[in-house]
Amino acid sequence: MTKEKLVVVGNGMAGIRTVEELLKLDSDKYDITVFGNEPHPNYNRIMLSPVLAGEKTVDDIILNSREWYAENGITLVAGDPVVEIDRVKCTVKTASGAKASYDRLLISTGSNPFIIPVPGHDRKGVIGFRDIADVEAMLHAAKNYKRAVVIGGGLLGLEAANGLMKQGMQVDVVHLLDSLMERQLDKAASALLKASLEQRGMNFLMEAQTAEILGDDRVTGVRFADGSEVAADLVVMAVGIRPNMALAQQAGLHCERGIVVNDTMQTFDPKIYAVGECVQHRNACYGLVAPLFEQAKVAANHLVEMGIARYEGSVTSTKLKVTGIDLFSAGEFNEGEGDETLVLQDPSQGVYKKLVIRDNKVKGAVLYGDTMDGTWYFTLLREGTDISAFRSTILFGQHDLGDAGHGDASASVMALPASAEICGCNGVCKGDIVDAISRKGLFTLEEVRAHTKASSSCGSCTGLVEAILAGTVGEGYDKAPSKKGMCGCTEHSHDEVIAAIQKGKLKTMQAVRDALDWKTPDGCASCRPALNYYLLANWPAEYEDDAQSRFINERAHGNIQKDGTYSVVPRMFGGLCTANDLRAIADVSDKYQVPEMKVTGGQRIDLFGVKKEDLPAMWKDLSDAGFVSGHAYGKAMRTVKTCAGKTWCRFGTQNSTGLGVKLEELTWGSWMPHKFKLAVSGCPRNCAEATIKDFGVVCVDSGYELHVGGNGGIKVRVTDLLCKVETEEEVLEYCGAFTQLYREEAHYLERTAPWVERVGLNHIKQQVLEDEANRKALYERFLFGQTFAQIDPWKARAEGAEAHEFTPLKIA
Amino acid sequence: MNNWIDIIALDEIPRLGSRVIRTDTMDVAVFRTRDDQVFALRDACPHKGGPLSQGIVHGTSVTCPLHNWKIDLASGEALGPDEGCTNVFATKVEGGRVLLALKADEAAA
Ligand code: SRM
Ligand SMILES: Cc1cc2nc3c(=O)[nH]c(=O)nc-3n(C[C@H](O)[C@H](O)[C@H](O)COP(=O)(O)OP(=O)(O)OC[C@H]3O[C@@H](n4cnc5c(N)ncnc54)[C@H](O)[C@@H]3O)c2cc1C
Ligand code: SF4
Ligand code: FES
Repeated sequence: MTKEKLVVVGNGMAGIRTVEELLKLDSDKYDITVFGNEPHPNYNRIMLSPVLAGEKTVDDIILNSREWYAENGITLVAGDPVVEIDRVKCTVKTASGAKASYDRLLISTGSNPFIIPVPGHDRKGVIGFRDIADVEAMLHAAKNYKRAVVIGGGLLGLEAANGLMKQGMQVDVVHLLDSLMERQLDKAASALLKASLEQRGMNFLMEAQTAEILGDDRVTGVRFADGSEVAADLVVMAVGIRPNMALAQQAGLHCERGIVVNDTMQTFDPKIYAVGECVQHRNACYGLVAPLFEQAKVAANHLVEMGIARYEGSVTSTKLKVTGIDLFSAGEFNEGEGDETLVLQDPSQGVYKKLVIRDNKVKGAVLYGDTMDGTWYFTLLREGTDISAFRSTILFGQHDLGDAGHGDASASVMALPASAEICGCNGVCKGDIVDAISRKGLFTLEEVRAHTKASSSCGSCTGLVEAILAGTVGEGYDKAPSKKGMCGCTEHSHDEVIAAIQKGKLKTMQAVRDALDWKTPDGCASCRPALNYYLLANWPAEYEDDAQSRFINERAHGNIQKDGTYSVVPRMFGGLCTANDLRAIADVSDKYQVPEMKVTGGQRIDLFGVKKEDLPAMWKDLSDAGFVSGHAYGKAMRTVKTCAGKTWCRFGTQNSTGLGVKLEELTWGSWMPHKFKLAVSGCPRNCAEATIKDFGVVCVDSGYELHVGGNGGIKVRVTDLLCKVETEEEVLEYCGAFTQLYREEAHYLERTAPWVERVGLNHIKQQVLEDEANRKALYERFLFGQTFAQIDPWKARAEGAEAHEFTPLKIA
Repeated sequence: MNNWIDIIALDEIPRLGSRVIRTDTMDVAVFRTRDDQVFALRDACPHKGGPLSQGIVHGTSVTCPLHNWKIDLASGEALGPDEGCTNVFATKVEGGRVLLALKADEAAA
């Protein structure tokens, strides 16, 4: 049987979502051909703003790769627009002359940015903000020019302005009216927004009417109706969009403001469907993805001839994607006659909430600064819930219902009904998410994204999805909200496993799995490394390390690279080295033909791209020259960064390098819950960056400040000051004690920063400062553990340990 | 017909571990489970070609060291939401020795 032919014109978000929905229902019905004007596969247009702001790359936002089209048997013609539809012969023709015939046609041509037709609007450097090409033009301008003018103070304009500012341009935003985002915000919220954007450096020209774009070839400025002018090297017009219906009009389809469709997404020609921003449905045109995705579902349903779905229009809500600004609005937020408004304002916290109420029902909401309850209000609004029962506390948010106001974020999300929409972009409800989590055993945000698509488009609901995850995974085991099984193999939490190992004197992995009813015979890639660490940390003398439970980096004592080779970083105590050290490294590099060397951020030298079978011989040479492993690959003590210090530096107060070496000699070789980094700075100028380390020392004239719980990396956290001590001996003792407390109490893969935040600095002070006997006992235990840990793994392997790991077998 | 090649003693593959067999055309990873089943896969993850031999073995699957895809040892298929597949080769254990069958077309591929 030959398949029917479906042709899709417009390779964008609505068109491809329709195809996805259709494939879900019936993947065999159609031979599908997709035509797209842009040269790219379908991407997430919403995320152009973060791409412009440098927070994401174009690759990050591709939704359907070319492989996806191929795998689903879809012919993609990208970069060749359709210029003609012949409804009699049922064919389409592209600019390059290619033709395709159809049994059903889907038009999803989106919309075009509206360019105000003032004199000079066609000069170089005047663009809209719609597609990848526009973003590329903006990024190019940001590299080569200084000043940008964005015309339009709506959602799109502000996101463009924010991005350009982040790219280093000086930005003026021109707005015709006296308040920003007037279609989404009331005046009060709009003023708050304006103030905080101004604080970030954005400049506003309000109530300014553009009269002319100045310049010769390229734009040089903008002139306004009142005769004033501003200079500009780039003008972005973001004053609105117009449904892209030229093609449909030319084909004689009935169009008004957009291509007119009925409730089944059909145009006036029954063979032709249309979805997305190009359509007009019951007199409304939409410019947000949520309604378009609903349309896509309906269109797909009819294309596979199931014929049961109807699209009846959508209510929409808005969020602004400017990192650091929380803003939500929905419904009719400017009160009309007879409406009541509830307002909560807390200027010092930058919070503003307003609800418009009519007949005891929420009609509109504007939230600024705290948008946690946006979803709840939006649900009340859409469902027309009578709020009289909780009207007096409604502004405090949903968690105020039901419990005495001490609910945590997850409790408030968990109180939402299953039908509450969490991810507006993809139309995923709470029930879908909870269902997927419990039935498929999901534990991470990534898994939830993979299975439900929630939080995978613009990402603004990530917090809610995480709260649902926390709430669902925590349920069923215990009432304590933080409790969560270590992994899919057990319902016991990290804390319970640690306690069982310590109190139950469990000393093998099998004993732990038996005692705690593991569900799998040998655990998984996530619990085995954790158990191995806990046993090692608690029973250093008795427990024998299990190589097969270590991540490859720790088994091969080097970082695995993307091509399967390894990197080698010899330890350089305190970052100090001699000419002989450098010579030895240079010799090794020659001998093993190391493709690249680099000075690391940890003040050492990295040799990249070493073949696994060469590692033992190379380590032997390094070991002969006096080097030990730098553990740059391990959940282990890493580096001690130092600065020049008193020996040389005119500001140095103590011997920071010497102390750094002593600290590294004390701690090297120690396995940790996560990586662990130290630094010693010779004075508060802090050249060794000690205040973002797990344990940092800042030398002062009268002694040493000890700082803990710092983190560079993904989420920067500045250390907390633990205390000040007077001698180097004390520094070593406190360091050992703090480290041991962390080794014994933290969860595997929890760095000191989150650990300190979880248990609180006070707890650490009690254990390490106030209880002297405890400090000494911790330090003793650390030293005891080190007698087993400070065996250089490189030397051991060079001498033959685990030889099988490094020797491949050959057959011809 | 399978052409069995004697490659190694079972004991020389660590339990819950692997060895790499290097042929002229590719690397093959030979895995041993906790209960001494032996499996062989082309040593290239269906995701981005990561060396599966270097992953952590659990049950009858291995977790790729590069981005944590889980691959079923028996079928070579990615598990969970990921999709993809790597080549599988037949193995058997006889008298404490591991035998591997590389089909001619695959070894030459
Ligand atoms: C080599 C080095 C980059 C360089 O050339 O400078 C490096 C390389 C890697 N870092 Fe790093 N980090 C290096 C210094 C840093 C620093 C700077 C520092 O230590 O002062 C940081 C920020 C400071 C911090 O950790 O607080 C840093 C924060 C990270 C993070 C984020 C950690 C976090 O808690 O947020 C990761 C990811 C992780 O550990 O999970 C990471 C992970 C990695 C890994 C191991 C990625 C991986 O798992 O494969 C990289 C291995 C590259 C390779 O293929 O060999 N690297 N990494 C640096 C080694 C220093 C050394 O001598 O050992
Ligand atoms: C910067 C930016 C930020 C946004 N932020 C948000 C947000 O936070 N939340 C939200 O809900 N929405 C947001 N939107 C809006 C959202 O992206 C759109 O509503 C959505 O992409 C519209 O989908 P569509 O398929 O109708 O159109 P598009 O995604 O524009 O797809 C139409 C495609 O058809 C192609 N095409 C046009 N004519 C032809 C032809 N003749 N032949 C072949 N191909 C053709 C176009 O090139 C285009 O690729 C944002 C939009 C932009 C530009
Ligand atoms: S920042 Fe670190 S983890 Fe990221 S690419 Fe560089 S070395 Fe790798
Ligand atoms: S290469 Fe295996 S998971 Fe990416």
